[in-house]
Amino acid sequence: MHEDLNWAIGGEAGDGIDSTGKIFAQALSRAGRHVFTSKDFASRIRGGYTAYKVRTSVDKVRSVVDRLDILIALTERTVDENLDELHDGSVIIYDGERTEFSDFEAPDDVTGLDVPLKSLAEDAGGAIMRNIVALGAVCEVAGFPIENLDESLEKKFGGKGEKIVENNKEAARLGADYVTEEFDLAFDFDLETTDNDYVLLNGDEAIGMGAIAAGCKFYAGYPITPATDVMTYLKGRIENFGGHVVQAEDELAAINMALGAARAGARSMTATSGPGIDLMTETFGLVATSETPLVITNVMRSGPSTGMPTKQEQGDLNQMLYGGHGEIPRFVLAPTTVAECFWKTIEAFNLAEKYQTPVYLTADLAMAVTEQTFDPETFDMDAVEIDRGKVVDEDDISKWQNEKDQFKPHAVTADGVSPRAFPGTEGGVHMSTGLEHDELGRRTEDVDVRVEQVDKRQQKVTTAEEEEDFSYREFGNPDSDNLVISWGSNEGTLIEAMDYLDQEDVDVRLLSVPYIFPRPDLTEDVEEAEDVVVVECNATGQFADLVEHDTLTRVKRVNKYNGVQFKADELAEDIQEELA
Amino acid sequence: MSSNVRFTDFKSDKQPTWCPGCGDFGTMNGMMKALANTGNSPDDTFVVAGIGCSGKIGTYMRSYALHGVHGRALPVGTGVKLANPDLEVMVAGGDGDGYSIGVGHFIHAVRRNIDITYVVMDNRIYGLTKGQASPTSRSDFETATTPEGSKQPPVNPLALALSAGGSFIAQSFSSHAQRHTEIIEEAIEHDGFSLVNTFSPCVTFNDVDTYDYFRDSLVDLGGDDADYDPSDREQAKDKILDSEKEYMGVLYQDDDVQSYEQAHGVEGNMADIDTDGAPDGAMDLVREFY
Repeated sequence: MHEDLNWAIGGEAGDGIDSTGKIFAQALSRAGRHVFTSKDFASRIRGGYTAYKVRTSVDKVRSVVDRLDILIALTERTVDENLDELHDGSVIIYDGERTEFSDFEAPDDVTGLDVPLKSLAEDAGGAIMRNIVALGAVCEVAGFPIENLDESLEKKFGGKGEKIVENNKEAARLGADYVTEEFDLAFDFDLETTDNDYVLLNGDEAIGMGAIAAGCKFYAGYPITPATDVMTYLKGRIENFGGHVVQAEDELAAINMALGAARAGARSMTATSGPGIDLMTETFGLVATSETPLVITNVMRSGPSTGMPTKQEQGDLNQMLYGGHGEIPRFVLAPTTVAECFWKTIEAFNLAEKYQTPVYLTADLAMAVTEQTFDPETFDMDAVEIDRGKVVDEDDISKWQNEKDQFKPHAVTADGVSPRAFPGTEGGVHMSTGLEHDELGRRTEDVDVRVEQVDKRQQKVTTAEEEEDFSYREFGNPDSDNLVISWGSNEGTLIEAMDYLDQEDVDVRLLSVPYIFPRPDLTEDVEEAEDVVVVECNATGQFADLVEHDTLTRVKRVNKYNGVQFKADELAEDIQEELA
Repeated sequence: MSSNVRFTDFKSDKQPTWCPGCGDFGTMNGMMKALANTGNSPDDTFVVAGIGCSGKIGTYMRSYALHGVHGRALPVGTGVKLANPDLEVMVAGGDGDGYSIGVGHFIHAVRRNIDITYVVMDNRIYGLTKGQASPTSRSDFETATTPEGSKQPPVNPLALALSAGGSFIAQSFSSHAQRHTEIIEEAIEHDGFSLVNTFSPCVTFNDVDTYDYFRDSLVDLGGDDADYDPSDREQAKDKILDSEKEYMGVLYQDDDVQSYEQAHGVEGNMADIDTDGAPDGAMDLVREFY
């Protein structure tokens, strides 16, 4: 009946919420169902409310919704936090030994299933497995064959030995059996399995995977929510491809290490979140003026200052566009889906090396920690292209030397891109500096050389605009008078919001823009539309400002900045209001 | 590396703008000689510097080089070395660059023990900004920003390095050309992080820590008739914490600890990547998410 099932486990941080959620999400994915997960977490290690939500369907799912069908409530607060999402027919699984159902303020038409999670877990070998007992119960309630959990349990606990795996399988079975034996209830959930072949990953992981695919071999970073998963992903994997991860002492060190590796010729990256970008901004200027290819990933969270580290926002756009003193050529890419995180990372490395500039690659928290299912072919490694730009070797270096055989790393060229000699290249010896410099890289205050070098660096942007395809992705009705523009992770939610709008007989044309700078010129699109709405997760409408700047036309704005990502139905309502 | 490299090959055709008589001339000459004497060539050498008088060194030397931002030269050197361990990486800094704004990076570079040579041109003053107190200035040293002295004890870089697990800790004097060159040669040959704190007098702003002062007071632990054993940590500690005297030479050297590169198995040149597409085996990365 309910083909689209929404499930959550909630409790205190430290209750094993994440791993339990992941086990279920992976099981669903392996069973050929689409999955979209979201996390509600607090900035603390133990205690504080945490939830892991899984939305699953046979069809592609792209966003979170305001509905919960099955909830494992490890604490009373879990129910309170999700009260609005419970509905007629929702099921709450709880442990009566820990929480009385009467403690919950749950709606009357919600079914509570008291499952002795802890004691059943003890029967299976240890109280720690109570979440797995609950998962078994969920499978039974949802009509999802429990065998589907087995592989996930093996993956999660295989490293701890066969005994632990078996105990966990037993725990799940005890939970399922308990539901069958103790409750005479008919649920109308029926989770169909399919032969579809999916992988399940989040934006941070896709960025890490994209980096390795692009040939990135050096990563230096400092842990910060929500970017840390990029480093965690790379550590232990990049080494298999001849690379290395350094956990630096701070963000200043991280970007400088990455800069050093890039100058030595490696494809190099660092990743951080807003506060880290602030610290890196000093060196960002050096990267740009020394014309060093570098990818800087900014996984945005709520700011300013330390803001809300575990909450969603798209508030750093201006920082990435304008951060740093002086005028600095740069690229800013903003993938719009988890899959695009992979492909845009590869593109970021190519742009960085082709144009010898820093590239900001930005994801937002909602995309970085959200796991989604994809066909494995979405990440087709055979389709990866590598462009290292103008690298010169011993044989052709003489073309780029002056009459004294000195190499010109900042040679003025028509396209603004100079030759690049990796250290160790005979005849390529040169220095680079953050000071204004001549073609040889040597300090200068010569007025003409200054202008020449500034123009040369800016020329790279112009060249890229001519050579690259900085376009947008388009959805909805191409002939609609209603134009909706978004960037970053809102694309998926907007695609689903269009279904809601459709029910209200409202059609829209959606442009999802993955390039912040340079970006596609939207003037014609805006002029053709009757109403233009720009959707983003910040208070002031930073992208909307850019659209107005580019098109000289006022646009409407839908902004959300309470720390929570948009939900499809809510977004549809907001858009409809603006269009009215 | 070619064996016929001469130290003048490491000289650029730019004339230094250091003040006449500046200690940095001697410091740099020793660096160039030591690089040549240890068989390095400009093509295989990378010199990183930060900001200040010391930061200009990349302009005056001839090698691959980066003149970076204030205090961050060591992280840059770390990245260069890890990306291509075949390069000889030398980092130069001043006392302000290395022990004030960059002191955090200094401690961590020491404890990482990456195989780079760090030469600090210590003149105990900020020269390029025209004479303010530096972290190694004496507590009673009067400057424009410390008219009554800083009333804070100076940083002891050797003690910081020792406490952070430093595996090569040396002190040198730019005016003792031969000894200075020898010490830097030893630093280059050490397999791990090497600190060479080099007294490099500022003839313009510092009238206390002068050539004469160092010439008269420095005690050389090396040389022909010395019986100092740099592998003795306790002895090194006594010398480093000695408040009566200052020493030059290799104060401490531990040849038994592994360098970062050895410990982490970092050895390839990361500049080499497959330009045909994603590396072999990349599809396995996707399969992991099954």
